[in-house]
Amino acid sequence: MALPELFHDLLFDYTLRTVALGAAILGCVSGTLGSYAVLRRQSLLGDAISHAALPGIALAFLLTGSKAPLVLVLGAAAAGWLGTLLVMGVVRTTRVKFDSALGIILSVFFGVGLVLLTFIQKRPDATQAGLDRFLFGQAATLLAHDVVTMAALGGLALLTMLLFWKELKLLSFDPEFGSTLGFPIRALDVLLTTLLVVAIVVGLQTVGVVLMSALVVAPAAAARQWTNRLGVMVALAGSFGALAGVSGAVLSSSAARLPTGPLIVLCASALVLLSLCLAPNRGIVWNALRQRRNRRRLQVDGEAIP
Amino acid sequence: MSAPQFEIQLIAVVVAAACALPGTFLVLRRMALMSDAISHAILIGIVLAFFITEDLASPLLIVGATLTGVVTVSLVELLHRTGRVREDAAIGLVFPLLFSVAVILIARYADNVHLDTDAVLLGELAFAPFDRVILAGWDLGPRALFIMGAILALNAAVIGLLYKELKLVTFDAGLAAALGFTPAAVHYLLMALVSITAVGAFDAVGSILVVALMIAPPATAYLLTDRLPLMLGLGVLVGAAAAIGGYWLAHWLDASIAGSMATVAGLLFGAACLLAPGRGLIAVARRRAAQRWEFAQTMLAIHLFHHRDAPDAAEESRVAHLETQLRWERRFAEQVVRRAERRGLIRRDGQTLTLTDRGAQLAQEALGG
Repeated sequence: MALPELFHDLLFDYTLRTVALGAAILGCVSGTLGSYAVLRRQSLLGDAISHAALPGIALAFLLTGSKAPLVLVLGAAAAGWLGTLLVMGVVRTTRVKFDSALGIILSVFFGVGLVLLTFIQKRPDATQAGLDRFLFGQAATLLAHDVVTMAALGGLALLTMLLFWKELKLLSFDPEFGSTLGFPIRALDVLLTTLLVVAIVVGLQTVGVVLMSALVVAPAAAARQWTNRLGVMVALAGSFGALAGVSGAVLSSSAARLPTGPLIVLCASALVLLSLCLAPNRGIVWNALRQRRNRRRLQVDGEAIP
Repeated sequence: MSAPQFEIQLIAVVVAAACALPGTFLVLRRMALMSDAISHAILIGIVLAFFITEDLASPLLIVGATLTGVVTVSLVELLHRTGRVREDAAIGLVFPLLFSVAVILIARYADNVHLDTDAVLLGELAFAPFDRVILAGWDLGPRALFIMGAILALNAAVIGLLYKELKLVTFDAGLAAALGFTPAAVHYLLMALVSITAVGAFDAVGSILVVALMIAPPATAYLLTDRLPLMLGLGVLVGAAAAIGGYWLAHWLDASIAGSMATVAGLLFGAACLLAPGRGLIAVARRRAAQRWEFAQTMLAIHLFHHRDAPDAAEESRVAHLETQLRWERRFAEQVVRRAERRGLIRRDGQTLTLTDRGAQLAQEALGG
């Protein structure tokens, strides 16, 4: 597909426009909030939250009988939130470590969700159609009002993040110092987790459970290479996420049978690879060049000594 | 109980045991999420091997998938070693990428064969007894049982033979390196075991249950014991209990067996968190409460001991006075007095308290006398 044609479609083709906009929003929100997860060495929390959301989706459907996105998203958020609090609780009160707690909550919640889904499936009055798109994600089924819901929830999360900018920064870099200053560190921890939960459930139905975690980690990991400043990193991660979302959506429309979610992840991963190699100061290429320059300078100096 | 029911439970128990053995070392080495990464990433190995063999039952699929598991681990390490990405982020970058490539390949080129992503993620144990090994007309049993039995035997053999090495590398990698063992080799061997187990098990139970059975039972055992051999054994037992309990839960709810097994594994872990002797939340809470009363009684004894022969003894020994002196609330003070009386530390005469000999002894011991 030629480039002008692509831009034309992006602006005027309803499906592509909706999908691309949705993917951009989700990439931006998860990239932005993922920055904190990556900085706090909790990159895989996103993976746990997205898996833990499944029983919430099933339960919300079982209780309300509704498949409205907002109902399911609320259920997903509640379960994801509960799962994360359980991880934090297990780590605080037992000697089980963070990674094991994460693995247990992730797989057990997902297992419970699976039980509920199969249970729903076998009821005579209801089909689970539409529920399993949360498992694997179907960006192509995004509708305009889904995108509006995503934008509203995501915007709210980003706004909250900006309001608590200073506190969250403190939490990420020096929580001990923060608590000596009298900040309620544990409450802030819960707040940040809640924001991450929102970011993840917003994206679940677009890219699915497995790939959602990549959208939390990849844009932030890429952004980290370019800067040492939190503000720049968060903004860059948001832009990288949005870029990956749009390019994934566009690529998947360029040929038949190309699923959007995996392509978004591929684009985000490509951004990581580029950043790892090319970023100034930290990049691998940059480093190699600097080393060569230093070696040459040493050689010249060495020759100068008689 | 019918024959297929028995076989399903047998397969489930073997899978659980095979998962718990390498899982124990993952939990101890804080690499639990490697199982998550490997169990997702093997999908691409299965897909690539399928493109070569065009046969879903080919043993090459297992070889291919196991190799991918090891490749995943090396990629994570490579990324981590650049020093630009932390290990948790490296895991979170590698396996979704490999999984994505696999999903795209399936969607593009293998959509018509039975190679669903949901089959990989969710698994279906209920179908396992129908795929049988038949040799010269003899029905030897379900294929999954043979595969998982072999993997269980392999895991047990490797862990048995290299027990000392694994233990040393797990608890003190530095010492292991200094003594001439190669921690890296042991690490990759363990990862190979995890990969083989994940590949063998995903077919029967799905990759998420692999994670549940590798992590939850060993973590439960970790709460119950401090000894590695016991932890291995308990992990296997808890895994087997989750397998059988999960089967009957699924039977009762008419729901996914894999999901029910994960649920029961989670319930067992939760029970251990609460009830583990010495380390569970309830044991800790009870110990804290006991310590609080013990401390309060000692304080009371010391207080009475100090004022025993002083001129203000009568005033200081009144129960009401404890409120101002030790800053205790009235109800708490009353309870402490009652408990101390029961233990024979003090005698109570109306409002006045007197220290017994035992009480005096306790006070002196507490004061280091």
